[in-house]
Amino acid sequence: MAVMNQQELLEKFLGQTPLFLGPDPDIMKEHDIAPQTDEEARALQLTTDPRVISLVRSRLQSGVNEAFEMEEQMGAAPGAKWGDLICGIYSASGDLALSSTGGVLVFSTLTQHPVKFIRKYWMNEPTVGVRPGDVFMHNDARYGNIHNTDQSIIIPVFHEGVLIAWISAIVHEGENGAVEPGGMPSAAESPYMEGLKISPLKVGENYQLKRDLVTYFQNSVREPKLQLEDMKSKLFTTLRVKQRLEEAIADYGVNAVVATLRRTLEDTKEEVKRRLREWPDGTVRTVLFADSTLRENVLVKINLTLTKTGDRLVFDFRGSSPEFMNRANNTVLASLKGMLSQLFLSFVWPDLPRNQAVFAPIELVVEPRSTLNSSYETPNAQSMMTFFPAFSAGQAAVAKFLYSSERRYTELIAPWYNMITTFIYGGITQHGETVGNLCADLNGMGGGAHETHDGEHSIAPIFAAMADIGEQEFNEEENPFMQLVSKKLMRDNQAFGKFRGGQGYQMMMTTKGSPFWGFMTTCIGSKFPSITGLFGGYACPTYPLCKVKGVNVFEEFQIHPERFSFTIEDIMNDRPFPNATYSTHHMGLQFELAKDGELYMITQGSGGGYGDVLERDPQLVMKDLEEELISPWTASEIYHVVYDPDTLRVDEEATLQERLQERQRRLQRGVPYQEFVKTWVTNEPPADLPFFGSWNDRDVIYAGGYAGMPQTKMAADAITPVMMPDPKDVRIAELEQILAQIQHGMEPSHG
Amino acid sequence: MRVPMTEYLEIDVETESWHCRRCGHYLTSARRNYKEGLLVYDRNPQEIHRPILRADVYPFTFSPDPKWCRILEFYCPQCGTQVETEYLPPGHPPTYDMEFDLEALKARMAGKNSSHKGGNPA
Ligand SMILES: [Zn+2]
Repeated sequence: MAVMNQQELLEKFLGQTPLFLGPDPDIMKEHDIAPQTDEEARALQLTTDPRVISLVRSRLQSGVNEAFEMEEQMGAAPGAKWGDLICGIYSASGDLALSSTGGVLVFSTLTQHPVKFIRKYWMNEPTVGVRPGDVFMHNDARYGNIHNTDQSIIIPVFHEGVLIAWISAIVHEGENGAVEPGGMPSAAESPYMEGLKISPLKVGENYQLKRDLVTYFQNSVREPKLQLEDMKSKLFTTLRVKQRLEEAIADYGVNAVVATLRRTLEDTKEEVKRRLREWPDGTVRTVLFADSTLRENVLVKINLTLTKTGDRLVFDFRGSSPEFMNRANNTVLASLKGMLSQLFLSFVWPDLPRNQAVFAPIELVVEPRSTLNSSYETPNAQSMMTFFPAFSAGQAAVAKFLYSSERRYTELIAPWYNMITTFIYGGITQHGETVGNLCADLNGMGGGAHETHDGEHSIAPIFAAMADIGEQEFNEEENPFMQLVSKKLMRDNQAFGKFRGGQGYQMMMTTKGSPFWGFMTTCIGSKFPSITGLFGGYACPTYPLCKVKGVNVFEEFQIHPERFSFTIEDIMNDRPFPNATYSTHHMGLQFELAKDGELYMITQGSGGGYGDVLERDPQLVMKDLEEELISPWTASEIYHVVYDPDTLRVDEEATLQERLQERQRRLQRGVPYQEFVKTWVTNEPPADLPFFGSWNDRDVIYAGGYAGMPQTKMAADAITPVMMPDPKDVRIAELEQILAQIQHGMEPSHG
Repeated sequence: MRVPMTEYLEIDVETESWHCRRCGHYLTSARRNYKEGLLVYDRNPQEIHRPILRADVYPFTFSPDPKWCRILEFYCPQCGTQVETEYLPPGHPPTYDMEFDLEALKARMAGKNSSHKGGNPA
């Protein structure tokens, strides 16, 4: 017998006696389907008729769709009511084989991880175990999730004592006991400020929730009733899927069901590889800049190199920003995979079965400790602020492959608008309840322009093809807020192009009749557009948060109703309320108390434009003008259309001439590329620009240039997390400098 | 044989060159960055996404910050078509965005009888 040295002994001891079961790196890094098991091989051998597979698949698919509808109706969370959820069936190995058609398909690739954790760690753990009737849940994104505002219920399914499948339902619940109400804290400076972080956990036996655990969760969040109601509704939803699964077993036999789950995964993976072969081989690169951490404006670079060779597709995000140690905008790699996977499910191949195998053949390269592959110690509740731009970079890059693809399964589109423009709220309602949640307006994102027609206004969120913006009035019955203007499209909020993006609407929010009420907003893109255009089209504009404080508009309505205007533009520029203060801000508003009748105003964004503005049909320009989607300035200065302002009749000949002249002006002002880059390109980011990410070499990462932080450099494979100063300290330092200048009799320089 | 690669660009696989699809103008070798054959203009983003709120009063106006963001507009040097736009911080290198495998493209074209049309789904 070989003698173990001390190190080996220690490792053996630690291996047998884990002190902490954190997220398993092997589970978290893998997104391929699990190897075929002996049971699956046998089931596939016994089920040779493809018609049986097809029938069983349809049965199970309608089962999960039915469950989706059930949860949408029964769920108490606002998110459930407008489809921010998914229901799915997993193979015994934990691969998501079928998920509901509607809802948030981001979940389709990343909910496998907690199931696989339960299999690996709890199945043979004597203090936990996995038995018929058990109920599990999780919400911690580090074990596989979008963010911890989403909570799951997971149940195992046994047949004659053998584990054959898993079923789950996962819902955006909202409130989760974080430092700010509503479940998506941007003020979180560590994971411990993000509220409940539930690793995969047994919460019930015999399909009964354990009341002691539920009570603990209820005590940990601001909406205790919601916590119980939705744990129950998700449990009943998963039980309905289980019933449908058992009915399929009764009709077709267990082998047919097991074979169907496996075949669906394998066939989907093969079909994705076949479709990738239809794309041209090559490399497409995109850069995008997230302009905020939600606490301060800084440029967070998202750098994508997308390479396709044969049936291989590699998303390489090296060169992107480092992670932020004390900001919530970091992305866990598995969350990024989920987001990219539904790029294909929602926008590229929507005809494929909804399962994780869609992403199985696709590879990712992301440096550890990059903001798109953040480490365990960093907060991630607002990961959308980096993985949405990463999605948009992917959407633009994929379009450049698809244009010359041998076959397409959808129309080409410019990037979708990508920010969750909505109000998150919290406080005490008119019914005396403590709440913390969000409005459904985040689902009203503008669609990207298509290759043959304009994008749709406020049509769907970037993360779910089928979701709803809900009934605002329903929300107002339950909560002490009111949208004085809602769903009103904003003029010139348009991504220009041959085909324009779908536009977004304005929201004017106020509160009334609560002793304690406040709002949050969490979007990037107030200084730098958050998406691009496509093929010469322009991006969306930028979006501020506008506030009018020190006024009660309800009192104004009684005395001077005529003062109120119905657009943000008019209220902010005309300043109709004499003693109010008017201000604009970036869209990262940490939870702020609002007084009765104060205004908080935001605008949902526009999808990207497609093609050259000079190719836009002048009649479409007139239609937009007539519908007040654009201003006369845009019609003549952007689209170069000559028309009669009274009748909106286009002067075709004059328009043709004006557009030819604009082309001549382009030739005059344009500089040959080689000449241009000589004067344009700098070796490093401007010293006074807060910049995080690579510049001209993706192996060198810059961080700093903000509030006295020097611009530092680091190797991309040895990233040091960024520690940001408190924005209030930054502001105090600025003010102290001004104060010192005044005290020394100098003219203050404004920061 | 020319293969449409974007709304405005095509690759001639025989001469291995990028061309403008609107006027046919030769841009550069298909083994190089097509942008090398285009004109570039450093556009102040406020000229396109003009301020909707009063810029003299408010720091955020619905218009990008020109100190943070510029629009590079790429034009065909012959017909003036705007082939591409890129939103970048000042001084950031433009992206070499499309680098296709010419040999693979040639092989694909050789396997076809007629010229491929990039277009709508069937
Ligand atoms: Zn041309």
